[in-house]
Amino acid sequence: MRLVIIATLAAAAAAAGCATTPEQQPPAGVEERAAKPAAPAAVETKPIARVDLTSKPAPGNPLKDPNNILSRRSIYYDFDKFDIKDEFRSLIEAHAKYLRESPGAKMLIQGNADERGSREYNLGLGQRRADSVKRALTLLGAKENQIESVSLGEEKPVCAEHAEDCWAKNRRADMLYSGEY
Amino acid sequence: MQALLTRLRAFLGVVLLLATPLAGAQLSIEITGAGAPRMPIAVAPFPGEGALGPGITSIVRADLERSGLFRGLEVPPLSPAPTEASTVNYAEWRSRLADALVLGSVAARPDGRYEVRFRLYDVVKQASLGGIAYTLSKEQVRATAHRIADFVYEKLTGEKGVFSTRIAYVVKRGNRFELQIADADGAGEEAALVSFEPIISPAWSPDGRKLAYVSFENKKPVVYVHSLLDGKRSVIANFRGSNSAPAWSPDGSRLAVTLSREGGSQIFLLNADGSSLRRLTSSAAIDTEPRFSGDGQWIYFTSDRGGSPQIYRMPAAGGEPQRVTFEGSYNVTPRLSPDGKTLAYITLNEGKFQVALLDLSNRQVQIITDSDRDESPSFAPNGRMILLATVIGGRGVLSAVSSDGRVKQRLSVTAGDVREPAWGPFTE
Repeated sequence: MRLVIIATLAAAAAAAGCATTPEQQPPAGVEERAAKPAAPAAVETKPIARVDLTSKPAPGNPLKDPNNILSRRSIYYDFDKFDIKDEFRSLIEAHAKYLRESPGAKMLIQGNADERGSREYNLGLGQRRADSVKRALTLLGAKENQIESVSLGEEKPVCAEHAEDCWAKNRRADMLYSGEY
Repeated sequence: MQALLTRLRAFLGVVLLLATPLAGAQLSIEITGAGAPRMPIAVAPFPGEGALGPGITSIVRADLERSGLFRGLEVPPLSPAPTEASTVNYAEWRSRLADALVLGSVAARPDGRYEVRFRLYDVVKQASLGGIAYTLSKEQVRATAHRIADFVYEKLTGEKGVFSTRIAYVVKRGNRFELQIADADGAGEEAALVSFEPIISPAWSPDGRKLAYVSFENKKPVVYVHSLLDGKRSVIANFRGSNSAPAWSPDGSRLAVTLSREGGSQIFLLNADGSSLRRLTSSAAIDTEPRFSGDGQWIYFTSDRGGSPQIYRMPAAGGEPQRVTFEGSYNVTPRLSPDGKTLAYITLNEGKFQVALLDLSNRQVQIITDSDRDESPSFAPNGRMILLATVIGGRGVLSAVSSDGRVKQRLSVTAGDVREPAWGPFTE
């Protein structure tokens, strides 16, 4: 995906470069113009269209709209568990519907674990959580090839304290769409 | 000689109370424990060693002391300073309480290099145990000192020394992850890889030239093999899903890895160039952390197929797994001793993650650490020590413990969290 964007940008840059090559410019010269009284010209300004990526998302993108359930991406788990709790059912259903209705959409699910124990076994626990979300989404009609489930294990904690409050935040699966990772 | 060995064997597994901070090392090593007799050895300063910068004899002495088996004696300035060519006055060394003695000399060569000669003596039996001459550049002082220490250690204990081997580990400094390679004493730290994303599970190739590891630089775990001399990296496993837990076969031709490409976390085998993928386990459980036995016949691994994570083994060609650990509800990260007789692993013991040793012949389990967040045990190639990661005061540190649990050392880095140690193999 990123490669495609880079290729597109490169093509655009190349095209822009072509347009300003010296061979295609009109011959340079000084033009004499007689000073003629003329009707005063009206001052015209055109507002610049602003794209602000720091504020609210482009309207109409439900994935970014904080009022839309699709903007929520995280599912949390109990200790040593990977079953999806009831409170996350509607979230899973909403994303499954979105994937169903947007066949071109791709999702990466990153599973996470708390810091206790072996890093590699925790990678396995995170994978199990990511796989559980993928399974739920595909059972609800998303296509298998729309979703990749991976694990970050205990390596990317969102909370760094060595206590249960924190560990609960790190036992998590995150759903990311193309361009978000 | 026999008397010396017998006396020394009596010292094996001693505990000592000694702090030996290494000047200039990024990793400093502290030996903790209670006092006990060690073999007294005199390493007399080598005449001419001042030209080499860091004192070669002080490095030899620090190496020997760190093993927990030797006590380096203070040697007063002698005139004339003895060398390996001197006639040894055994009575005098005996009166200084030395059981063993190292004499040597350093000479500059016309080509700008240096020549170090040394000889080891059994003071009690009044006999030479041999010596070697090395030529070296100024940059090779540490490497030369480690070789001398290895010679002394092997002559006096009958086992190969590990002072010339290297260790790998990961340091997290702020948002940077550094895969570091250092001498076994923690000196000479060099970064092989620096990344903004995590690096875990480094594993040395049997020839010591490459490291396999897991890097998250592509937002998911991918297995790389990294050639240490030229820095060349190749992707060995980057399949859909997660790729992790690389382990080398003893001949270096194959790698076992954990992949989630077919769902779950399962163990696969592939060639060291990433070709010929074959699935080895077939379960609905997490199967991970594979490790080959030294004879290449078995793969030990962690699995929660029985409800809790335990260690199993299966034939390296694939086949029915057998459960290996039975005590406790959490046993992970299997690591076989070089002689294949002992299995080190991490066990959850009354709320503490600690290093356990399982004697594979009599099934006895012994817990050899008293810390509570131990991870990633790694045997020295002579099996005498185990390097591990633990957490002390909220910070990740490396620790080393003798395989009988009686000598403990702590290695700490001045800034940053240290984790994921791997002790490299013997190399020529």
